[in-house]
Amino acid sequence: MTKQVSVFLENKSGRLAEVCQTLGKNGVNIRALCIADTSDFGILRMIVDTPEVAVRCLRDGGFSVGETSVLAVEIPDVPGGLGGVISLLGNVNVEYMYAFFTTVEGNAVVVFRVSEEEIPSVVEILGRNNIRILPAEDVYSL
Amino acid sequence: MIWDPYHECMDLEQRRELQAHRLRETVARLSANVPFYRQAFRDVDVQPQDIQSIDDLALLPFTVKDDLRDNYPYGLFASPLSEVVRVHASSGTTGKPTVVGYTAEDINLWAECMARSIGCSGGTPHDTLQVAYGYGLFTGGLGLHYGGERMGCTVIPMSSGNTERQIMMMRDLGSTILACTPSYALTVADVAADMGLQPEDFKLKSGIFGAEPWSESSRQAVEEKLGLSAHDIYGLSEIIGPGVANECSNKGGLHIFDDHFVPEIINPETGEVLPDGEYGELVITCITKTCLPLIRYRTRDISCLHRDICPCGRTHPRIGRLQGRTDDMLIIRGVNVFPSQIEHALLSIEEAEPHYQLIVRREGHLDVLEVQVEVSGEIFADTVRRLEEVEKRIAHAIRTTVGIGVEVKLVEPKTIARSEGKAKRVIDLRKEE
Ligand SMILES: [Zn+2]
Repeated sequence: MTKQVSVFLENKSGRLAEVCQTLGKNGVNIRALCIADTSDFGILRMIVDTPEVAVRCLRDGGFSVGETSVLAVEIPDVPGGLGGVISLLGNVNVEYMYAFFTTVEGNAVVVFRVSEEEIPSVVEILGRNNIRILPAEDVYSL
Repeated sequence: MIWDPYHECMDLEQRRELQAHRLRETVARLSANVPFYRQAFRDVDVQPQDIQSIDDLALLPFTVKDDLRDNYPYGLFASPLSEVVRVHASSGTTGKPTVVGYTAEDINLWAECMARSIGCSGGTPHDTLQVAYGYGLFTGGLGLHYGGERMGCTVIPMSSGNTERQIMMMRDLGSTILACTPSYALTVADVAADMGLQPEDFKLKSGIFGAEPWSESSRQAVEEKLGLSAHDIYGLSEIIGPGVANECSNKGGLHIFDDHFVPEIINPETGEVLPDGEYGELVITCITKTCLPLIRYRTRDISCLHRDICPCGRTHPRIGRLQGRTDDMLIIRGVNVFPSQIEHALLSIEEAEPHYQLIVRREGHLDVLEVQVEVSGEIFADTVRRLEEVEKRIAHAIRTTVGIGVEVKLVEPKTIARSEGKAKRVIDLRKEE
């Protein structure tokens, strides 16, 4: 399962830059990211090439860091591609999703976060419909 | 055991009469012997004969710590120095220490109160009491020492420090009661564990811990780690030292020995006496001391009073676990708020770290209390919804404890300043406006 690294950020200028610099100094490459924010704080979520290194260096840097299992799903890069996949998931509660910077063999790659309990059924539905979930090692080396 | 059943279980009406009689004598002695009190009574227009019942206490003026400093060193002594057999002194965080004198009668009274405290803590003449409070000008060591001897315990005068030796003696001599500060008790427990010792390696049954505020969770920790029942003791050198009040086995507050030390709880702002059960500043009047009987001494400690009769049989009222100092008190929209209450509320939230800071500001005419809480590993979640839930739970816990709404703000770890001694918990921006 692909590991996502997330970081708690106060809404203060320069904090995002500090996260990126810390990762850069430690040779960690960011593959995908998104930020959820409120008026007081934000949550930065990232897929990186070396999650363990990212977690360790950010924690050492005094950040509050978490690790979550997510699904990296190949989506046909055509109009309606994403809509088709989401409609397959029906009443599964997708907590959030975001896309990778790069494509794989012409397909877009989207990160899905669903609850731990719902992962098996999502895996089953996607498999049944021949939609590929990328293995973690492939994701990290994208 | 109940050391002095006659006084500790006295009929309440009978005790009130005893208190009134003793208060009248004390006021008369002070008027005769201490110019400061003669003047203070004159200032509030009270004659010794005006004091008839213990309720007349409210007619008398307060004494504050500065009065002791202003009359340093012996100005408030009601006995000549020839009758003073010992002095102790409190540390005096600012400037001069506070010097306290004891006549032979005072030392006797103190030993009696300490024997009552040891009895409250489950002690008997068969016990071996290890005194790990500091000996010297600080009242802790000698207070417990004389009380232990009065009870008939075998007393080991270890004083504080030298923890490994402390633990060796505790094991080899089979100490059954440990007396020290709660934080030192935790140190002893941790070092004992490091030495590979289990609670079963000791004969400890009880602990008498005081001289600093501590929480219910520290109580549980020492009780588990040392295999004993931990009892809270209260006292202050200005009044006599340890042994002013002590928890019995019911642990529902500390019995205050009010045939010697009469407690009141006041609103620290107005001085008005508060009803039982309400939190405010603890005020104590000494009615049996000879050298330094203080009248309505403002302790600056925050507590409350319970007068319902304790199942242990003692009729002494109980003071609630101390909630901090009046110096730390905040008034938010007319409500008294103590940082310790916020801390207590935070501890009830499993994810919250006790690292917090209170920021008070005024928006329009309204006081706003912002509680900043660090997002520790436990609080952290990768969705806004879950973090907002944590904020709501913290705000709810604080509202339930303190009775006012607060703004909870999550902040990054290690962003709230740590300090070695007393943490700076409150930033009051209202004073700067
Ligand atoms: Zn009791």
